[in-house]
Amino acid sequence: MSKTSELSVGAALIGRRESGRWPARMDFLQSASGLFLALFLWVHLFAEASILLGKDAMYRVTIFFEGYYFFGEKYPIIITLFSAFILAFVLVHAVLAVRKIPVTYRQYRVLRDHMKVMHHEDTTLWWVQVYTGFALFFLVSVHIYTMLSQPANIGPYASSDRVVGEWMWPLYVLLLITAVVHAAVGSYRVGVKWGWLPARDAALGRKRLKWLMRGFMIFFILLGLASLTTYVRVGLEDREPGERYVPTWERTATETGARPEVTP
Amino acid sequence: MTGQGEGAARRLTIDILRYNPQDPESRPHMETFELDEAPSMTLFVALNDIRDRQDPSLQFDFVCRAGICGSCAMLIDGRPGLACRTLTSSLGERITLAPLPFFELIGDLSVNTGKWMRAMSERLEAWVHSDADVDLTRLEARMEPELAEQIYELERCIECGCCLAACGTARMREDFVGAVGLNKIARLRLDPRDQREDADYYELIGDDDGVFGCMSLLGCQDVCPKELGLQTQIAYMRRKMLRAALFPG
Repeated sequence: MSKTSELSVGAALIGRRESGRWPARMDFLQSASGLFLALFLWVHLFAEASILLGKDAMYRVTIFFEGYYFFGEKYPIIITLFSAFILAFVLVHAVLAVRKIPVTYRQYRVLRDHMKVMHHEDTTLWWVQVYTGFALFFLVSVHIYTMLSQPANIGPYASSDRVVGEWMWPLYVLLLITAVVHAAVGSYRVGVKWGWLPARDAALGRKRLKWLMRGFMIFFILLGLASLTTYVRVGLEDREPGERYVPTWERTATETGARPEVTP
Repeated sequence: MTGQGEGAARRLTIDILRYNPQDPESRPHMETFELDEAPSMTLFVALNDIRDRQDPSLQFDFVCRAGICGSCAMLIDGRPGLACRTLTSSLGERITLAPLPFFELIGDLSVNTGKWMRAMSERLEAWVHSDADVDLTRLEARMEPELAEQIYELERCIECGCCLAACGTARMREDFVGAVGLNKIARLRLDPRDQREDADYYELIGDDDGVFGCMSLLGCQDVCPKELGLQTQIAYMRRKMLRAALFPG
């Protein structure tokens, strides 16, 4: 063998070793990106639930994320940048997860028949992931695009107008349910996949994790629906079109509805 | 054992998927047999009764009738299980039996698990790799009892094939080594006589046909007749193989 061909064989072998590490990295990245997105979703749902504490509370949360408490000024561009960051995670997660979905009719048929005779909960849960994941491709895209393009239109009135006036509420109901289910089931599956369980005994850990999964699903769907209903209620209030919310502490006496003192 | 109640003798109806691939005339079809349930009857006993009294051409496998040989695995009401370990009293009056999917069908309920298991063992090099000279006149090297116990626990696998028949991943992607293969590597990895490192095991199971192909559907864990901790073993191997990939050498 000549020196050059030896070298190229060596390079190919090194290349193979390198590419051989990707299945491990991809499997881990799929779990890690999913877990990060689930955590983000839960924080997001709490943040938007601030409307349940009143319009001022939601206003405070909005300007917090716009950097007001750090820079003394509101920068909606932060929302755009963060949305792009989340979008990147969604893309990575989707690309990695899509590898596992049945791609041919044969695979699809075999899996469906298998599920039909097995009646096996965890297999069915994975199928739930396939469906919700597929739906999220479309639902999340719309939502993130809105956040990328109109970062300044977040607030007690602006968000409510989007929900009601721009007819986003049906999409948000679907997005809420699919995202919460996908995140809860996914987190459970990450737990059993890597053996990160809330008990030493694997069977007990799995059982507990499944209870947590159900609890998270119910809690966050209820929380999300409560928030969404509140935004709908605010959106239905009688207001000037495009009016922005002014927090109580910035209002003049007339705006707060207090009777102006009239000096005789 | 349960189901031995007085006057509880039921009339069982057993639907069996019949097909003989050797016979060009044969077409897959369900055939129904009826028999009286006996106390402590297992499916293994019921099938023998049917073969003895009703249809001698019925094909199914058994050797040990005690859950050790793993040859009587079949789909029992859709779920993989061992016929010899399944009491008819644990099932309804109407029972459906079918051969294990995934494996080559020999005929009726009999499948060739051995052929697949052998190919898998060769592919995973599932034997102790050692270049140490073996001196047969000397006592074997000692091993801590706890370690021997751990190895024995994984060694209990009888290669019945239930884990593969229950695995959605294996059903979709036939090159997947399944829980039985990953369990074998986990067992050899524990064995101090096997001189291979994690990097070597990574070459065998570090891809989507191996541990990273597993989608954690846990069908294997839930049907294993030997109740092996497959969920734990696969998760453990996944962590070890990830480490081998991220921090080589």
